[in-house]
Amino acid sequence: MIAELGHFSLIVALGLSILASIYPLYGASVGNQSMMRMARPLTFGVFGMLLLSFIVLCWAFYTNDFTVTYVASNSNSLLPWYYRITAVWGAHEGSLLLWVLIQATWAAAVAMFSRGMPLESVSRVLAVMGMISVGFLLFIIVTSNPFLRTLPFFPVDGRDLNPLLQDPGLIIHPPMLYMGYVGFSVAFAFAIASLMTGRLDTAWARWSRPWTIAAWSFLTLGIALGSWWAYYELGWGGWWFWDPVENASFMPWLAGTALMHSLSVTEKRGTFKAWTVLLAISAFSLSLLGTFLVRSGVLVSVHAFASDPARGMFILGFLVVVIGGSLLLYALRGGQIRARGNYSLFSRENLLLANNLLLVAGLLVVLIGTLLPLIHKQIGLGSVSIGVPFFNTLFTWLMIPFAFILGIGPMVRWKRDNISNITKPMIISAAITLPFSFLAIMLFTDSMEPMAILGLVMAVWIVVMHGFELYQRATHRHTFMKGLGKLGRSHWAMMLGHIGLAVSVIGMTLVSNYDIERDVRLAPGETIQVQGYDFNFAGLRDADGPNYDGYIADFNITRNGKHETTLHAEKRFYTTAGSMMTEAAIDSGVTRDLYVAMGERLDDGAWAVRIYFKPFVNWIWFGSVLMALGGVMAISDKRYRFRKKAKVGNAKAAKQAEVN
Amino acid sequence: MNKKLLFVPLVLFLALAMVFMVQLTRNAGGDDPTKLESVLVGKPVPNFKLEDLVETGKLYEQDIFKGEPLLLNVWATWCPTCYAEHTYLNDLASKGVKIIGLNYKDERIKAVRWLNELGNPYIHSLFDGNGMLGMDLGVYGAPETFLIDAKGIVRYRHVGDVNERNWADTLEPMYQALLEEAKG
Repeated sequence: MIAELGHFSLIVALGLSILASIYPLYGASVGNQSMMRMARPLTFGVFGMLLLSFIVLCWAFYTNDFTVTYVASNSNSLLPWYYRITAVWGAHEGSLLLWVLIQATWAAAVAMFSRGMPLESVSRVLAVMGMISVGFLLFIIVTSNPFLRTLPFFPVDGRDLNPLLQDPGLIIHPPMLYMGYVGFSVAFAFAIASLMTGRLDTAWARWSRPWTIAAWSFLTLGIALGSWWAYYELGWGGWWFWDPVENASFMPWLAGTALMHSLSVTEKRGTFKAWTVLLAISAFSLSLLGTFLVRSGVLVSVHAFASDPARGMFILGFLVVVIGGSLLLYALRGGQIRARGNYSLFSRENLLLANNLLLVAGLLVVLIGTLLPLIHKQIGLGSVSIGVPFFNTLFTWLMIPFAFILGIGPMVRWKRDNISNITKPMIISAAITLPFSFLAIMLFTDSMEPMAILGLVMAVWIVVMHGFELYQRATHRHTFMKGLGKLGRSHWAMMLGHIGLAVSVIGMTLVSNYDIERDVRLAPGETIQVQGYDFNFAGLRDADGPNYDGYIADFNITRNGKHETTLHAEKRFYTTAGSMMTEAAIDSGVTRDLYVAMGERLDDGAWAVRIYFKPFVNWIWFGSVLMALGGVMAISDKRYRFRKKAKVGNAKAAKQAEVN
Repeated sequence: MNKKLLFVPLVLFLALAMVFMVQLTRNAGGDDPTKLESVLVGKPVPNFKLEDLVETGKLYEQDIFKGEPLLLNVWATWCPTCYAEHTYLNDLASKGVKIIGLNYKDERIKAVRWLNELGNPYIHSLFDGNGMLGMDLGVYGAPETFLIDAKGIVRYRHVGDVNERNWADTLEPMYQALLEEAKG
């Protein structure tokens, strides 16, 4: 009975979102106030119904209702309650429901926090978001209903959740990613709404900015979390594999990053409008494309959901309507967009555009790398495989100009600047960056890797140039300390975002070039030295579990005679399944991770032991957190308090923006 | 701006959609993207001379494929799917299925470590560091598995991981048939 309630509220949500996508839009075009006013209540209604439906599904999992097919095939009564709840989004149907719920949440948030926007714009935006949920709800109800019953022959217990998914990392990883993916639908809806009216003004850019930044921050955290999870839990020692599904999340991130910056130019300078609209459409389209790739069975990946051609066709049809429709609208209306600003060759506008193009180039590299094998085979050229080196090489080359421009960009004025104004900071920064990077690599590592120096130069260049910019800006009118206090939050946001990127680059560079993986033979009592750390194999003790024989190996790790840490690596033999599991032990630190895993038992009591030394690996994720924090900081800037905007005209807003 | 340029994204997208469409209809028609055709089906395993993965210097030739039906599993440590597949291969090996492993474009040390840690389902492990045999076999990526009959002739090619489902659905019946064929 309860499951039917969930199913029913799903159908009501569909009905409401159909209304929400027609009514306000029609009202906006004929100028009917009362119809436009329906947009908000309808949006809240869709959200409420979907929330109800989602709670019902969670309840079915919580109470082990195996009469529901989806519950029976993804959970069992032995799972702890929290994994039963997270199993809701462990497979296709439930994760799709989570996706629409999050989409409705974003729409409700837009309805809630857009009091300052003209009613006409709000109703158009909400109508576009309503159309998107119509598509997804139809998809769920027609092809992937999570509330189908197994009656009359229901199983006594369910199937096990994929053991890889029984992990706290998975509790938050997918919702975070979805928040990011779906969040771009807000910027998309704003772009489409303004294409419909043909009015693309700076107000449009200002309204969509905080939403874009919020979505981007979620996506940044989601991707970082996924990578962190793969590193710690899967124990492969890697943090990025260029797997099609990873790529599917990385492409919207690249587009979103470009969009965020291009929006700021559109808001402040009134230029790049057509480009910004295209990016807004692309960011969300790539999110949809990612969903399609994961769920249609077009590509092969470790992440892929069980595929079904009918579902694939449905999403493809949906993609063609949404993406094709919006690109058609863009092609027809894009010509009317007038850019009003003018700027010279050397200006912040052009530098931002250059980096935007580099981001898009990166995006195309990922897109081609992901899809080329498919196309190549279709046109009859046979199979081709594109591997990690392809992506790594191209990204390294794209990163060089990108980091250079990222360093100087903030110091260059809008509209027009002389290169001579920044030659002094550039020379000084180069004089700091180059020797620093060389010395750091020379003093702290054993070998001079050119790639490591290159990566470090890029990161340090970004940091030093931003330090310079901060100093200049702060001492512009005040003393340094006072000036720092006067800087707006959006300025700090930029600092955090860019420094965060530099921090991540440092981590990626050092761990890619200097990680050590050693396989050694060790008997209890013996010691081995890796990178200055003495790993002493103290001994082995039994740690049998309910269904396995386990051993724990204790390692005392010392450095220069001083105790560093103790690691407990575990080895389990599952007797019934006949399989072995290795539970690695990791000691995380700021400058390195130490990692010990047990291999085979060799003769005479010795063991094969794997020891990893991963320098600076945590910086990758720390940098991502900084970037996301930058996003939070940017949204909290007082410019985005909508209430105050109620009566501010465009002219005044533009003036304000220039002051910023 | 030239207005025609604005149509470029639309055209590119539609072309992409066509590609997906073709692939989906192929999938619906039974052409799983994990199922790649192989020109080798019906032909003997190509000539090769490869070292044992663990013992350097110990060489194998194609006569190891003769005598009884076998699986040839192509794997590598850089391949996440192989990791997922490995446990199932161990199960198969314990049921008596003979599997020869081909370690493809990989580092020897890592590969040996992998087998030590996860268990070794292979009766022989070939080391194909530069991927020459892989190329002759037309390997697209890892994992791939070839069914080879008692005369050393490639009978089927499976792309992607071997798991409980596709083993029961497709591979096992063919493998059993090959066993019958070898007896009779």
